[in-house]
Amino acid sequence: MDAIQTDALSRRYGNLTAVADVTLTVARGEVFGVLGPNGAGKTTMVRLLNGVLAPSAGSCRVLGLDPARQGSGLRRRTGVLTESPALYERMTARENLRFFGTMYGMPAGKLAARADAMLEAFGLAERADAKVGGFSKGMKQRLALARALLHEPEVLFLDEPTAALDPEAARRVTELIMEFTRQAGRTVFLCTHYLPEAQRLCDRVAVLNRGRLIATGTLAELARTLWHGTWVDVECLVASAPDLLEAVRVVAGVTDARLDGPDGTRLAVQVEGEERIPAVVRAIVERGGQVVRVNAREHTLEDVYFELQGEPAHAQPAVASETSGRGGRR
Amino acid sequence: MNWRAVGALARKDLWEVRMNKVAWIPAAIVPMVIVVLLPLAFILAPNLFAPSTGTPDPNANVQTLTNLVPSSMVTELHGLNDAQRWVVFSTGFVSAPMLLLLPLMFSSIAGADSFVGERERKTLEALLYTPATDSELFLGKVIASVVPALLLTWMSFVVYAVVVNAAGWNIMQRVWFPTAAWWPLMIWVAPAIATLGMAAAVLISSRVSTFMEAYQLTGTLVVIVLALVVAQATGVLSLSVGVTLLVGAALWAVDAVLVWLGVRLFSRGAVKALA
Repeated sequence: MDAIQTDALSRRYGNLTAVADVTLTVARGEVFGVLGPNGAGKTTMVRLLNGVLAPSAGSCRVLGLDPARQGSGLRRRTGVLTESPALYERMTARENLRFFGTMYGMPAGKLAARADAMLEAFGLAERADAKVGGFSKGMKQRLALARALLHEPEVLFLDEPTAALDPEAARRVTELIMEFTRQAGRTVFLCTHYLPEAQRLCDRVAVLNRGRLIATGTLAELARTLWHGTWVDVECLVASAPDLLEAVRVVAGVTDARLDGPDGTRLAVQVEGEERIPAVVRAIVERGGQVVRVNAREHTLEDVYFELQGEPAHAQPAVASETSGRGGRR
Repeated sequence: MNWRAVGALARKDLWEVRMNKVAWIPAAIVPMVIVVLLPLAFILAPNLFAPSTGTPDPNANVQTLTNLVPSSMVTELHGLNDAQRWVVFSTGFVSAPMLLLLPLMFSSIAGADSFVGERERKTLEALLYTPATDSELFLGKVIASVVPALLLTWMSFVVYAVVVNAAGWNIMQRVWFPTAAWWPLMIWVAPAIATLGMAAAVLISSRVSTFMEAYQLTGTLVVIVLALVVAQATGVLSLSVGVTLLVGAALWAVDAVLVWLGVRLFSRGAVKALA
């Protein structure tokens, strides 16, 4: 059974459609990323999937439960980390965890030990009895993550967990997310517009734009749908012979080949798949080329994201800009 | 109903109100004025400021005022001298609605902090993601608003009774307070007023974004109590036992409507849609 299923899920606020006809599934144990700019509908999705909002149309199920009708039972089995930590700043870290543990229905005896263990695990034990108002943003977010995991939820929703953090704090929070989700085999629903974080954490991603789902899949799957073939950079010791380029172009599976750079030592070759790379190298060597480096360019999630959103990620390289359509992007 | 969660939320909210000085400093000063200074002023002032000799009769004004007393209270004043009539009239009759300010003020302040303060401090969303149902969240906040308001009102009432009887001892020569009408006032009307303050805070919380805005708007409810004070003091309305029960019933009816509206406004969907 999937952990999360949505079927044409929609939510409107008056005339504004925050989520429109979103259909997706998230498998148990999967780390699923939802990407999109501010206002794309990510937070509304989290609210819908936790029964904090009811759908305007369509339906969803989380752990087999209908959030709109079985929200209370469902929320015992889910944890949510929001963008702002939403902690009681005049209470201590320990008091915050104990309060929320009680709200989640944890037995008092288990709660005290579990709260202490979480404070220890999240590096907050020394400040356990300090008021949260004096914590740094990173510490607050770590405490909020500890709160989200306190009752050992089966599904963890992370809504922009590192958006307000400096790079060091963001990295620490990301490491904790990896540690406490991968090891436990938890399902994670991560909403973010911080793409390196999503690439690092997620098994699959969905891309939202103005509430609509525009793509879903693994990074490789999305890249395949956007770009045909792989660009390979080949660097030789000395400048290539004039006929080398032609010899590479006739190799089976090569769709394009160009000199890359002014000194003639580097070639950019577009192949249908990475399995064609050995044949390309062999052709170069047979023509006397002295290959010192071969590098298959990989698409980043950033490339995929901006391509899907209809914007270039960054300036294209010389070779890439000469190719047509989607195949040219790095 | 998860009473453990309800209790935890109520305790947390109470604790937060205690931490909010803007909320509790006025809540400490006003009772001091109403239950201590006001009765002392009523009882002691006529003697302090009365002319030492000659005319006019210092009790002439008292006679004029006590003539406003409705027939239902005449029996309570029967057989008393003018000084005693003044004590009973001022502290047992005119002041009665004044004490109703206390449950109204306590519950509306606590309610404003509980409902609006939670949103203002950006902690409401985390609460909405807990398994607690809308009813449990609402009930926890109602308890945090109404129960302490009532306890503080009743404590103030006890202090008021002690002050009135002690300060008026030389004049009355007996423990005469509280009179019969005060019991339904405290047991029947005060809870209704406390609920009114809380329900008003909930309704206002859906329209404002800060505790101070809610605090100021709930303050306008004082007009209701002041109307009772004026009506009582001018003889338009007499808070006898029967009238007190009727006023209480009317307030409970209003409360029922306001609480029903409040529950609807505090449902998860409504809270987020308005946020």
